Amino acid sequence: MIAIVDYGMGNLRSVLNAFEAIHAPARLTTSVADLRDAHAIVVPGVGAFGDGMRNLTALGVIETLAEEVLVRRKPYLGICLGMQFLAREGREHGVTGGLGWLGGVVRRLEPRDAACKVPHMGWNDVAIVRECELLRDVDERPVFYFLHGYQLDPDGDRAVEAAVVATATHGERVTAVVQRDNVFGVQFHPEKSQEAGLQVLRNFVKLA
Amino acid sequence: MLKKRLIPSIVLRDGAVVRSVNFKHTNVIHWKPLTAVDFFNKWAVDEIVCLDVSRTTEQRARFYDVVEGLSRKCFVPLTVGGWVTTVDEVRKLLRLGADKVSINTEAVRRPEFVTECARVFGAQCMVVAIDIRRGTDGTPEVWIDRGAERTTWAAAAWAREAEDRGAGEILLTSIDRDGSGLGYDLELVRDVVDAVSIPVVAFGGAFTWQHLVDGVAVGGADAVSAANVFHFTEQSTRKAKDYMRKSGIDVR
Repeated sequence: MIAIVDYGMGNLRSVLNAFEAIHAPARLTTSVADLRDAHAIVVPGVGAFGDGMRNLTALGVIETLAEEVLVRRKPYLGICLGMQFLAREGREHGVTGGLGWLGGVVRRLEPRDAACKVPHMGWNDVAIVRECELLRDVDERPVFYFLHGYQLDPDGDRAVEAAVVATATHGERVTAVVQRDNVFGVQFHPEKSQEAGLQVLRNFVKLA
Repeated sequence: MLKKRLIPSIVLRDGAVVRSVNFKHTNVIHWKPLTAVDFFNKWAVDEIVCLDVSRTTEQRARFYDVVEGLSRKCFVPLTVGGWVTTVDEVRKLLRLGADKVSINTEAVRRPEFVTECARVFGAQCMVVAIDIRRGTDGTPEVWIDRGAERTTWAAAAWAREAEDRGAGEILLTSIDRDGSGLGYDLELVRDVVDAVSIPVVAFGGAFTWQHLVDGVAVGGADAVSAANVFHFTEQSTRKAKDYMRKSGIDVR
C-alpha cells in the first residue's frame, strides 16, 4: 500500500485517483499506523509552505515520516509542496523550517524574462540532467504540468545540487525533479500531466 | 518555454451541461457531463474549467458529483467555480479533486476573501473570474452575480486589484461575446493582459480555431477557453490544437 499523507493541502484526491488509474493500491491517510504499514509514502499538496508544514506538524506525523523514510528507507515521493518540504526552510509568507531532508531553500520564483509570469502555471518542457529511475520510459524531453510560485533552490549547497535530476526553464532555472537515495521530489504534478505523469507514478510504484 | 493552453469550459446548471449565450443558460447540451469529459481527456486538452451557473444551490450536490467524477477521469488540471464564498467551500472543492478554484462575485464584494484564500491555499490555486459587459460608451464594466449586477470596476483596474489581493490567474469572460460565435473581445483581452503580470485565460465568443489563435496571438492570452464549440465538433480539441500548432503557437 502506498500512503498518501492527507494534511489538508490541495489536490490530494487527484493523486489518489492517479494511483488508482495505474492500479496501485493507495490510501489517503493521516494515521501513523498507515505510514508504518506502507511500502512507500507520497506527500503531495499545493499551497503555502508555512501552512503546509504547520498542518503536518499538527498531525504529529513528522517523526514517523522521518523514521520510515530516512531510517527504514521507504521510497518517498514529494509532489510540489511535498518536494519543497525537503528544503531546509521555506520563505513564503515569512520563514518556516522544512523537513530539511535534502537542504536548500524554497523561495519565490524570480524569472528574468518579464514574459515569464509567476506563478509558473502550465505545461513546460523538462530537461533531464541525469538518469533517474523515476523518469524511466518517459520522453527524452517530456512535457509536464507545473503550478507553483515558489521553488526549491539548492542555494549554493552542492549536495542539493547533486540531487537535481531534471530542470525546467521559466525565465530562470527551475528545479523540476530531485532525488537522493530513496527520497524523490517532483515540482510538477504527475497526477495532472496525463500519460507522462502516470509513467512517473508507475516508476515510483515499482520502487515500493 | 511554457506552452499556450487550450481549455474547454463546462458550464453546468443543476448538474447538467448547458449552452451559455450572453450568460443565459437555457439549453441543456448534456445531461451527463462526464460523458463529455471522456472525450476531452482523450483529445489532449491541457486543462478543464467547470463552472456552476445554477440559480440556486439546491442542486449543489450534483455539481460536487461532477467535480469528483471529473477528477477521477481527467489527469489534467481542473478549475472549478461558481457559488464560492467561503474558505471552507474552497477547501471542499480542492478535496473533491479541483486544482484551482475560481471566485468571482465574492471577490468583488469582499476582496480580502481573495487574500485569505491565497494565504491558506497559495495564490497559484486561486483564480479570480471576471465577467465583463461593455457599457454604452464601450467601457468594459465588471459585472457580478452571473451577469446580474453591475459594479463600479473597469476591467483592467479590477484585474490589477485582484492580482494585488492574491489572485494567481484571471479567467476573463466577455458576457457580450458569450455564445455569440464572434470571437473573443480581443481589445478587452489585451487590456487585461497588459494590466497584470499573472496568466490570463480568455473566454467567451470563440467559435472557430482562428478565434483561439487570435486570443493568443492578438489578445496576448496565456490560455484560451471555449465551451459550446467543443460540444458540437467531433475530435474538436485535437483539431483545435493542430490548427494552433500550424499557426505557430507553442502548444503541447
